[in-house]
Amino acid sequence: MSTVKQLEDVSTVGGTTLTPTVPPNLNGAPEGGEAGSTGSIGRLILRVFLENKLAVVGVAIVVLMVGFCWIGPLFYHTNQISVNLYQVTLPPGGSHPLGTDPSGFDVLGRLMYAGQTSLEVGLAAAAVATLVGVLWGAISGYFGGIVDAVMMRVVDILLSIPSLLLLIVLAVLFSPGKWDLVLIIGFLAFLYPARLVRAETLTLRTREYVQAVRVMGGTGRRIVGRHIIPNAIGTIVVNATFQVADAILLLAALSYLGLGIQYPQADWGSMLNTGTSYLDNGDWWLLIPAGACIVLIVVAFNFIGDALRDSLEVRLQQR
Amino acid sequence: MISYIIRRLIQAIIVIFGVTAIVFLLFQLVPNGAVGLARTDLGSRASPYQVHQFIIANNLNLPWWDQYWHLIANYATLNFGHSYHYNQPVATLIGTYLPRSLVLVTMAIVLALVVAIPLGVFQTVRRNKPSDYALTGLAFIFYAMPAFVLGNLLILYLAVYHHVFRPVVPDTESLGQMFTDWRSMTLPVVTLAAVTIAAFSRYMRSSMMDTLAEDYVRTARAKGAGRLRVLFRHAFRNALMPIITLLGLSLPAIVSGAVITETVFNFPGMGYLTLQAAQVYDVYIVAATTVVATVATVLGSLLADLLYAVVDPRIRYVHG
Repeated sequence: MSTVKQLEDVSTVGGTTLTPTVPPNLNGAPEGGEAGSTGSIGRLILRVFLENKLAVVGVAIVVLMVGFCWIGPLFYHTNQISVNLYQVTLPPGGSHPLGTDPSGFDVLGRLMYAGQTSLEVGLAAAAVATLVGVLWGAISGYFGGIVDAVMMRVVDILLSIPSLLLLIVLAVLFSPGKWDLVLIIGFLAFLYPARLVRAETLTLRTREYVQAVRVMGGTGRRIVGRHIIPNAIGTIVVNATFQVADAILLLAALSYLGLGIQYPQADWGSMLNTGTSYLDNGDWWLLIPAGACIVLIVVAFNFIGDALRDSLEVRLQQR
Repeated sequence: MISYIIRRLIQAIIVIFGVTAIVFLLFQLVPNGAVGLARTDLGSRASPYQVHQFIIANNLNLPWWDQYWHLIANYATLNFGHSYHYNQPVATLIGTYLPRSLVLVTMAIVLALVVAIPLGVFQTVRRNKPSDYALTGLAFIFYAMPAFVLGNLLILYLAVYHHVFRPVVPDTESLGQMFTDWRSMTLPVVTLAAVTIAAFSRYMRSSMMDTLAEDYVRTARAKGAGRLRVLFRHAFRNALMPIITLLGLSLPAIVSGAVITETVFNFPGMGYLTLQAAQVYDVYIVAATTVVATVATVLGSLLADLLYAVVDPRIRYVHG
């Protein structure tokens, strides 16, 4: 498989988190045929994934970021606790490679500290969203009828409210801490996985093996939990990857607006919030590093999601 | 077609009712109930009598179904309550702020379409060439770049370092004055449009590629139609259609983006109003703007769906 063709495949599915309606990967299916000689499907997915250069780049960025945020502070010691008013908004240089912020915190050290929050909340919120969404979609799709109608109308209603407005209202009402934010973001983001899993369930529940379980007396809970969800796992994982990117963005947006993570805690969004106040001075080091971190991590998760979807399609072709 | 329109309208009405229900639920979540709501608006030093007056004036003493009924009846007649913070009817405030947001969002969408569609076509023509990859890379980056990062970067370089544009929208009441001032309007519009351009150009490219693989395009080629004729007469117009649906679906995201863009540029629109109100706990404004923004979004999506049915003669929505 040529690199050029690979790039091509990935490039067509950019920006897919926006809407699930337009089928991705429109210029021909990925060439899964040649991989038929390989043994297990797991290894096949791994191979397709590794051949996809952008996916490797994505994973590398994520690994580096995690290392930067958690291992970095072990080697790069900075004071992120006490304010130092003698060292505010220093430009980069000397003992502060990225300068200092208006509280006198070292910006590079602050990036690591803030990144921990951003990544933790992003991953946890995506997990909440996926969990809630999978259950919601599977139950709705499996039981059908009035249950389905009601549950899906709820999804429709929530989807048509601009999510940021709802987030602002909730954030103002509850002045949430870090873990409340995880729940709030997660509960607003479960809509997409719910729709996807419902669609998968609708097709899966007509399959013979599901009918077989039903004939053998399997309960609804068993069918959904042991048979439908495991078979929809590919779709779920791909979506979860995009959910991480979205959750990081939502948290950053909320913090940028001053409603998310509160001082003295920080995430990348709240660092940008601080930086905005000093925009007139041209203090670029308060903006660009945090902005770059957000963009990098989001691009990385989008790359990984795209690659996972490609390899999933290969798997489907093998069936 | 008529039955489809009716069905879509009913759906839209259900969604709008659902949104009012959610907003009503949010009112109930204010700590300490009616008294708490009164205190958020009147302040902690309001006398018990004032609190009592507030509760009577806003029907907070009624049972919940009566309250919900009042909320719907009031919203239906564009009575959104009174903002104690601005000391104005919320409807008046929305009347001032909503048109600005509408113009901002419309300009951004127009810009996004005008840039993204030719970009997508260009990439299809030059597919798998360096320019295609470069644009794809850019699209990935801009797609991941939230408005508060892009907006601030633009301000930093084009307004602070080089004084090409103004960093904020001028403080003027006049709509006309605001929007003819290109030095202050360019950056907000570009900021809001960027994410949409990134997403739409990707889809336009995919859609174009998809269309070029269709049988009728091959037929056109076989009949000897020229390259450009195939591209524009046969493929382009068909490839445009998914973009209409996409536009309808991305409206909520665009409105969310507008909230951020307005904050970044101190642009006095609905998002700015909402955020300012939220920070002083002016619940009535926040509830009203949320409902109005959602209704606008729902109507926009409805319009997009209907437009889709009009432009695509293959689609005749039959019942089912």
